[in-house]
Amino acid sequence: MENNYVIEMLHITKEFPGIVANDDITLQLKKGEIHALLGENGAGKSTLMSVLFGLYTAEKGIIKKDGVEVHIKNPNDATALHIGMVHQHFKLVEIFTVLDNIILGAETTKYGYLDRETALKRVMDLSKRYGLNIDPDAKIEDITVGMQQRVEILKMLYRDNEILIFDEPTAVLTPQEIDELMQIMKNLAKEGKSILFITHKLDEILRVADRCTVLRKGKNIGLVEVKNTNKEELSEMMVGRKVQLVVDKTIAKPTDTILDVEDLSMFDKIHKINSVNKVSFHVRKGEIVCIAGIDGNGQSDLIYGITGIEKLKGGKIVLNGTDITNFPVRKRNNAGLSHIPEDRHKYGLILDYSLENNLVLEKYFTPEFEKAGFIRKKEVRKYANKLIKEYDIRSGQGAITKTASMSGGNQQKAIIGREIDRDCSLLVAVQPTRGLDVGAIESIHKKIVEERDKGRGILLVSLELDEVMSLSDRILVMHKGEIVGEFDPRKTTPQELGLYMAGAKRDEVKFPRKEQA
Amino acid sequence: MEKEVKTPSKVGTFFSKIGYFFKRIFVKKDDEHPSYLIAGLRKNGIQSIIASIACIIVGLLVGYIVLLCINAEGANDAIVTIIKNFLSYNKETNRLKYFGLTLANTAPLIMTGLSILFAYKAGLFNIGAAGQYTVGACACLYAALVWNLPWYLCMILAIIAGGIWGALVGILKAFLNVNEVISAIMLNWIGLYLANIIITGCSGWDSIKHETYTIGSNSLIPSGGLENVFAGCEYITIAIYIAIAFAIIVFLVLNLTTFGYELKGTGYNKFAARYAGMKEKRNIILTMVISGCFAGLGASLFYQTGIEPWYAGSSVPGMGFSGISAAFLGGLNPIGTIFSSYFITHITVAGSKLNTEYYCAQISDLISAIIIYLCAFVGFFKMFLSKITNKNNRIDREGKKMSKKKLSKMKGDK
Repeated sequence: MENNYVIEMLHITKEFPGIVANDDITLQLKKGEIHALLGENGAGKSTLMSVLFGLYTAEKGIIKKDGVEVHIKNPNDATALHIGMVHQHFKLVEIFTVLDNIILGAETTKYGYLDRETALKRVMDLSKRYGLNIDPDAKIEDITVGMQQRVEILKMLYRDNEILIFDEPTAVLTPQEIDELMQIMKNLAKEGKSILFITHKLDEILRVADRCTVLRKGKNIGLVEVKNTNKEELSEMMVGRKVQLVVDKTIAKPTDTILDVEDLSMFDKIHKINSVNKVSFHVRKGEIVCIAGIDGNGQSDLIYGITGIEKLKGGKIVLNGTDITNFPVRKRNNAGLSHIPEDRHKYGLILDYSLENNLVLEKYFTPEFEKAGFIRKKEVRKYANKLIKEYDIRSGQGAITKTASMSGGNQQKAIIGREIDRDCSLLVAVQPTRGLDVGAIESIHKKIVEERDKGRGILLVSLELDEVMSLSDRILVMHKGEIVGEFDPRKTTPQELGLYMAGAKRDEVKFPRKEQA
Repeated sequence: MEKEVKTPSKVGTFFSKIGYFFKRIFVKKDDEHPSYLIAGLRKNGIQSIIASIACIIVGLLVGYIVLLCINAEGANDAIVTIIKNFLSYNKETNRLKYFGLTLANTAPLIMTGLSILFAYKAGLFNIGAAGQYTVGACACLYAALVWNLPWYLCMILAIIAGGIWGALVGILKAFLNVNEVISAIMLNWIGLYLANIIITGCSGWDSIKHETYTIGSNSLIPSGGLENVFAGCEYITIAIYIAIAFAIIVFLVLNLTTFGYELKGTGYNKFAARYAGMKEKRNIILTMVISGCFAGLGASLFYQTGIEPWYAGSSVPGMGFSGISAAFLGGLNPIGTIFSSYFITHITVAGSKLNTEYYCAQISDLISAIIIYLCAFVGFFKMFLSKITNKNNRIDREGKKMSKKKLSKMKGDK
């Protein structure tokens, strides 16, 4: 029976200084199956795949292809063995056409000249065979993210890859696009390709995978037949304890309006268009308003406008009855605005600073931490230790750890702790759980609901529909810089939201503002 | 061999403790506690110091090879002269005197080094230190020669002039996003020719000798009794105190104040600084002003000691550019800058003593340039060093060596 496996990774152990990333892990991939690799962040999924892809060499263990032991020392070896990977962040040349991107690096030539004709024929054949439906002449920058992903898949197929690794492929897709991707994956498996599907989304595993290997803290927790399992069992295996999958919250009791945005417009200097076009909405105390939408539809710019990081083109922002339209960032913060930024490395943290210095990033100038121009280091340390304890921020050396050396989840916890502790009236949280594992997501969601119940207004931006559905009290869908619909999460479905997010539907009604004075 | 004595007496335990200490320098206790040597080598500050010293040694070596290539006969003498500098004099008084001269030349270099360093911490590369130094020189010389102002007023004018020159760069950067390197290079030339026009046109210009007249004694920085300490060296002044004081101030400002916190924060990540509500534009301008002031002060500390007059040359004085080497060789630490400035001055001054029988006059500049050039490799050496110590770490952990390739991959990922 052993010959059934195309790839076997046997007893793989990979260590990094101070941590065992993979501890005696065995993964066996059958031909034509979709094998899910499930685990929290830091469970060792990426390390294991990097070993398979030749980016790392394991200390112990062997890799077999079709029953024969192979040594994969670098990605070229992996490619030679027909192992291909669709990365989470696509590696495409934006201004090239689809065809050019596919053949890049594996060009067919005729007398030294590029032979696009032959390549085109092969690409179109492949596209038809697997139902990928691509337009080979379109430029990457003009097509949707879902299409771009298909280009990545075609790239692997064009190189005759037999083993396809999908690294969290659904993170950037709409529900409809996810459906299509699932179908494509099934087609691929049917045609005899073997798929390794890295994810932490349980739904998707249940939908497409045949078997699932679960990792936790670098250890192999188990291998399950997907048809014999359920969500609860999988999540318990992944996290190691029972997890609440649904956010436990009461119905919101919103009171006064805290944030009122009127006709806000933002201008995109690169594309010379309004990235946000006359958007109006409000957030009340004690409610979670969520802006849903596909990445790149103006949500980020809208938040930059509200938080003061970028200049507005037009419109008005009122926070707590104060017109903050022309306030600089610090004045807005002091007026009661707190912001968990989308990009924790770009905006949220100074990675070269220690954890304690990052925890006072918006407070260092207050009398609590400053005296006659000097930083009161003792106070900073005391405050940092308090937050570290309260928010369970884990790091190598405590308060003095360089934030760059911390894990993504703990970096995020640091930011969330810092922002929530600022005692704001409005908390703007942009993708607060991005890249975090189920356990961490659960605790962050709980925190956010707690803040709501304290009477704060929460403006949430999320690309994850699950999060949108479970956490929010009101949903606004954004498409191409405009709000195209307002929904009550209890009365809508992800499918309906998906239609609005993709721009297939929109409500022409103006949303009534200030229903409540 | 005290450590092997295992008597229960107090003296015995004391010695065995000492023995243990020496043993622990080279031998690890367990995986968590590496040997003191390795633990020390992993410390950032110590790595910086070792890297700087390694650069100096390699620089001297390459310099020696160049000397050998040009003229093998005099190379040994020449390299010894460069290393020994004032120590090559036989008479005690001469030694002291030239030590004084070296220190007098060190002071302005510390200031231009600080100028580069301060801007660099805020993420700006102030290549304009040379121009700010030039306008500073112009201001203090004009004030001294034409108005005959007291030394401190001349000094303040030099600081202001340098500050204005720095501000121009900062304003352009903050409001129009003009790259600070480009605008600073332009301003270097504008500053140079402006200084030449002003100085050659003023009453302090000696048009026969083509240099400025010596400045009056009340415009010279006082020696504060230092000339007696250094056996009558006429150029040594309190300038060296001023420079060292500023180095310490910069150290304190960067590490202990909210201003330093903001400045470094902006330098590390300007987006996060903006997010945190720091005034990015104000900080850029302020940094450049302060940086310019340092360079201007450097000029004052040089020209107001009477070491050299102004020659109205066709290139910017090299002091500003040497500041770059001083800052980097000093590991971008203000205190380190004091020592690196001294070293650079030490070999530059010594270079002028080389035997012209074997080498042409420019050789001194060439050799010091080679050494300074290699000083720029501090970062490289540091990287190398941390790689080696981490490798030792791996050996500690697993009892076997890891290949370099693996290590670099690991580093790239972690």
